[in-house]
Amino acid sequence: MSGIPHDHYEPKTNGEKWLNSRLPIVGLIYDTIMIPTPKNLNWWWIWGIVLAFCLALQIVTGIVLVMHYTPHVDLAFASIEHIMRNVNGGYMLRYLHMNGASLFFVAVYIHIFRGLFYGSYKAPREITWIVGMLIYLMMMGTAFMGYVLPWGQMSFWGATVITGLFGAIPFVGEAIQTWLLGGPAVDNATLNRFFSLHYLLPFVIAALVIVHIWAFHTTGNNNPTGVDVRRGSKAEAEKDTLPFWPYFVIKDLFALAVILVVFWAVVGFMPNYLGHPDNYIEANPLVTPAHIVPEWYFLPFYAILRAFTGEVWVVQFASFITGGIVDAKFFGVIAMFGAILAMALAPWLDTSSVRSGKYRPMFKWWFYLLVIDFFALMWLGAMPAEEPYATFSLIASAYWFAYFFVILPILGVIEKPLAQPETIEEDFNAHYGKADADATPAE
Amino acid sequence: MFKKLAIGAAFALALAPAASFAAGGGEQHIEDFSFSFEGPFGTWDKNQLQRGLQVYTEVCAACHGLKYVPLRTLEDLGYSEEEVIAYAAGNFEVFDPELDDFRPAIPTDHFPANDGVGAPDLSLMAKARAGFHGPYGLGINQFFKGMGGAEYIASLLDGYTGHEKEEAGTVLYENTAFPGGWISMAPPLAEDQVEFTDGHPATVEAMSEDIAAFLMWTAEPKMMERKYSGFVGVIFLSLLSVLLYLVNKRLWAAVKGKKTA
Repeated sequence: MSGIPHDHYEPKTNGEKWLNSRLPIVGLIYDTIMIPTPKNLNWWWIWGIVLAFCLALQIVTGIVLVMHYTPHVDLAFASIEHIMRNVNGGYMLRYLHMNGASLFFVAVYIHIFRGLFYGSYKAPREITWIVGMLIYLMMMGTAFMGYVLPWGQMSFWGATVITGLFGAIPFVGEAIQTWLLGGPAVDNATLNRFFSLHYLLPFVIAALVIVHIWAFHTTGNNNPTGVDVRRGSKAEAEKDTLPFWPYFVIKDLFALAVILVVFWAVVGFMPNYLGHPDNYIEANPLVTPAHIVPEWYFLPFYAILRAFTGEVWVVQFASFITGGIVDAKFFGVIAMFGAILAMALAPWLDTSSVRSGKYRPMFKWWFYLLVIDFFALMWLGAMPAEEPYATFSLIASAYWFAYFFVILPILGVIEKPLAQPETIEEDFNAHYGKADADATPAE
Repeated sequence: MFKKLAIGAAFALALAPAASFAAGGGEQHIEDFSFSFEGPFGTWDKNQLQRGLQVYTEVCAACHGLKYVPLRTLEDLGYSEEEVIAYAAGNFEVFDPELDDFRPAIPTDHFPANDGVGAPDLSLMAKARAGFHGPYGLGINQFFKGMGGAEYIASLLDGYTGHEKEEAGTVLYENTAFPGGWISMAPPLAEDQVEFTDGHPATVEAMSEDIAAFLMWTAEPKMMERKYSGFVGVIFLSLLSVLLYLVNKRLWAAVKGKKTA
């Protein structure tokens, strides 16, 4: 095993040795949960566990919901009502699944922004970051297709608008859209394939999560200082780290329990708060809702999609040099996916050798502005496409791209970072004081 | 700590418009009615639900269906099995494919669908409309009182101004709660149109509230069970949090040592 030096599993009994020489699974589990973890991790590091919990929650509730759901345009909406009224505990299953998606995205956004602030994407953790971005993309696809399944008005029109994005691709767009929908418009074929993929993708996500964990277990966790764990010897590493079990498992479970109190209150007392009333109206291809608004977790990128209208000079310029192939609609689609791609490229766009934003006096402020920008985009995505929101959207979108493509590369060159602590141990002791020399860590 | 609170607050504010935007535009006025079922501690007023059922049966059912609601679930409103059997048989006929004919409804049937004049089904109406989503469109009211579809329904039924106009052969009635201000449904309720068995006054406002409460029940019949699950979960998870907090504190105490700085 590579990584931080630590004790490995040694089979003791004959039975253990027998198993270990054939399938070293106990050793694998041992190494995974006993991994040396920087002991200075703060509360921003708990969201990984929350995300793992969300994935499990969604898969478990989802599998049970599927037992009662009917994927057919004439029956889907009624089968949801069947779940809500007749299935034992069905209303809780469905509301947990519905709001579980929101918790999933709250967690993933905090997790991503934590990575952006503490430089978790930087070498040697680029693969972890890229795999994480793939997981995030798959989550968006899964959530989008899941939202279509109840076959309400927003389901139908959301599906129409989002698949329409692919129609914006020059030359082949319409063919792609037809291929995705299984026909010229959103219909039974669309519902069926979305159902199939909505069931499949969570398992792909689960596999990617294993790769994600594998990658950062190889490099070791980042930590709030961004300083590497000392790896010269086991004794040295132990000064900087504690085993994941029990220290971080218990800490994370405590945080998870607190978060679940809030989550459960939302599910029990206001389960439809984050939903849209129109989705309690059965899909009707002949009636377009007054405003088609995506779920809250898509709003920032929806705002970017809509920001680039035909009046923006960048769009006109792009249209001019491509001879009209890139029109405003296609430009918006490129911008939306580009906004996510920009995040994925962060490891190569950030030129600073300092990982943690704590020691980057200028970066800090640009980062806080990015967080504000994100919330601003979320708000703008829910507003109608008219002034003054259109201008605000454009400014907010421009900042999103500027942060990744201009600010991150330049800051690394012009910024003078503050002094970082020599070791993680030093940082930890500065926070909590030195442990008594004779106190031994608990089991 | 403050930073976390601020971030939490920012999140809540950012999320609010997404949910509240739903109500749509116009000079809509949704009255902020106070229903017994609102909030985490609210419960059904079964007398009100029964009055609402009576208004539905005698007035709304002429045009509107309740196709997702099984008649048997009326027992939740406090009726006995015999009363439900009598109500079903006495008020509704359903088409039976085996008989190839209509027969009186039995409790295992649903309320019939009714699309005779193109009026929308009311089963889920109380969840398909948003209520008062202020102040300032922030959705804070909804945060505490729910989506407010029942408020919308009561406001609509009580919101006729008495003005009407004819447009493309259809008579439209001015209504302060309807998006756009003009609705094709004639004012359905009139004073003392229904005679309540419990002697409750049958003003338009009172009947509007009763039918709104009843439709909240048809839209979310398991609301009380859901809130109960909410309480059990919140209390259990709070206790678990306290225990895990103590375990965590004790676990880390040996590592953290005393702060000397």
